Amino acid sequence: MTNNKAPEFPPDFLVHDDVDSVGVIVVEKLTAGQTLTGWVIDTDETITVDAIDDIPLGHKIALTDLTDGDKVIKYGFPIGRTVASISKGGHVHVHNTKTEKW
Amino acid sequence: MTESKQIFGYRRENGRVGIRNHVIILPLDDLSNAASEAVANNIKGTLALPHHYGRLQFGEDLELHFRTLIGTGSNPNVAACVVIGIEPGWTKRVVDGIARTGKPVTGFSIEQQGDIATIAAASRTAKEYLHWASEIRRDPCGIEDLWISHKCGESDTTSGIGANPTVGNLIDKLDPLGATNCFGETSELTGAELLCKDRAATPEIGEKFYATWKAYMDEVIEPHKTNDLSESQPTKGNIEGGLTTIEEKALGNLQKIGKHTSYIDVLKPAEEPKSGPGLYFMDTSSAAAECVTLQAAAGFVVHVFPTGQGNIIGHPIEPVIKLTANPRTVRTMGEHVDLDVSGILRRELTMDEAGDLLIDMTIRTCNGRLTAAEALGHREFVMTKLYRSA
Repeated sequence: MTNNKAPEFPPDFLVHDDVDSVGVIVVEKLTAGQTLTGWVIDTDETITVDAIDDIPLGHKIALTDLTDGDKVIKYGFPIGRTVASISKGGHVHVHNTKTEKW
Repeated sequence: MTESKQIFGYRRENGRVGIRNHVIILPLDDLSNAASEAVANNIKGTLALPHHYGRLQFGEDLELHFRTLIGTGSNPNVAACVVIGIEPGWTKRVVDGIARTGKPVTGFSIEQQGDIATIAAASRTAKEYLHWASEIRRDPCGIEDLWISHKCGESDTTSGIGANPTVGNLIDKLDPLGATNCFGETSELTGAELLCKDRAATPEIGEKFYATWKAYMDEVIEPHKTNDLSESQPTKGNIEGGLTTIEEKALGNLQKIGKHTSYIDVLKPAEEPKSGPGLYFMDTSSAAAECVTLQAAAGFVVHVFPTGQGNIIGHPIEPVIKLTANPRTVRTMGEHVDLDVSGILRRELTMDEAGDLLIDMTIRTCNGRLTAAEALGHREFVMTKLYRSA
């Protein structure tokens, strides 16, 4: 894609809002143990998190330790509640998070 | 926008502008599909729109059936229309509805004739319509002539980050220029319903949206719901792509309407907008083909469809432009993708630049560029059914 600007670093994950407790992995073949660089879109900040699981492209990584029953925050809003504890750097998905709607 | 581009479209008898010039063969009911497809086979360049319903429907469900058929025939992407039904009464109702646009339309009914005589007679009319339509020229038009519908599908988390906000950027830029835009997907706003309510132009319109959403929850979801809606919301594809809950999916979905555009009315399924240019919410299913079919029946001429995991939908008369921000989808099923905005994920592409690229692709499509779905023959035409037939 043509672009006049100096290219930014390609991030490993993106975060919508600075209050979010999860980020979205935007690279493929990520494995546990890697130190990941993330871009917070809302504040244009760069953060790092160590992945403790293999997390596929598009799946979420915990940015903080979450305990069973915590609300998961993305886009600055709750997207469900944890049904198990999740450590920082862990994979957040249907095995440990559930809707509050149905 | 990076550059302004002239749009050339087909200005129809009622003043609306189409971007395609189809002669369609429209069956009233399931029984008339065979004859309609035979006519389209006889007369090359016409298009049959087979579907599954039209018998023993009643009440609001029947009204929606007629509204969808009449609206589809009335769409400005249709130059002329042949209607075929099993009997003359309801056939005439569809013909009369389409005739209000001023475009050529003729109905044929099968009872007392049989398929073969009906096909012969309808084929002669279809051939005359085709000759006539093939000489219609495109005229210069403006953004204010464009009715653009939007729906996302097989979404994943890259939809909420990249493809959906790109659509929102398009709406935020084209709404002030007088375009008419439409979004829908009632059930899929669950979790973002209060945010969506707040995006209405007035509190009354917001209440109308909320009542529409709540009615679907009370009448359909609550009596029938299962755990995670039987892996239908989110879908298996959504979950594979990283979406965990309906709330997450809804918040991503709502990125499609941009940052500051308000919707000015709430439409029933397949209802034509009557409040002038602006953004509309339509009460629709979140299933891609049902939603696009309803929006096309309301008169929308081009559809912008952001996807994550790779929904492949098209529509017979409303071109569907596909965009994705998922680099794996671009790599594995690129033949379905009209616009790759995966550069957003790598920070190579800003949202403003992505929105401009989408506007450019939309205008090119309006001017005749065939979409991936058109090239691949995707013609999903799916009627929404409200309840069981009698």
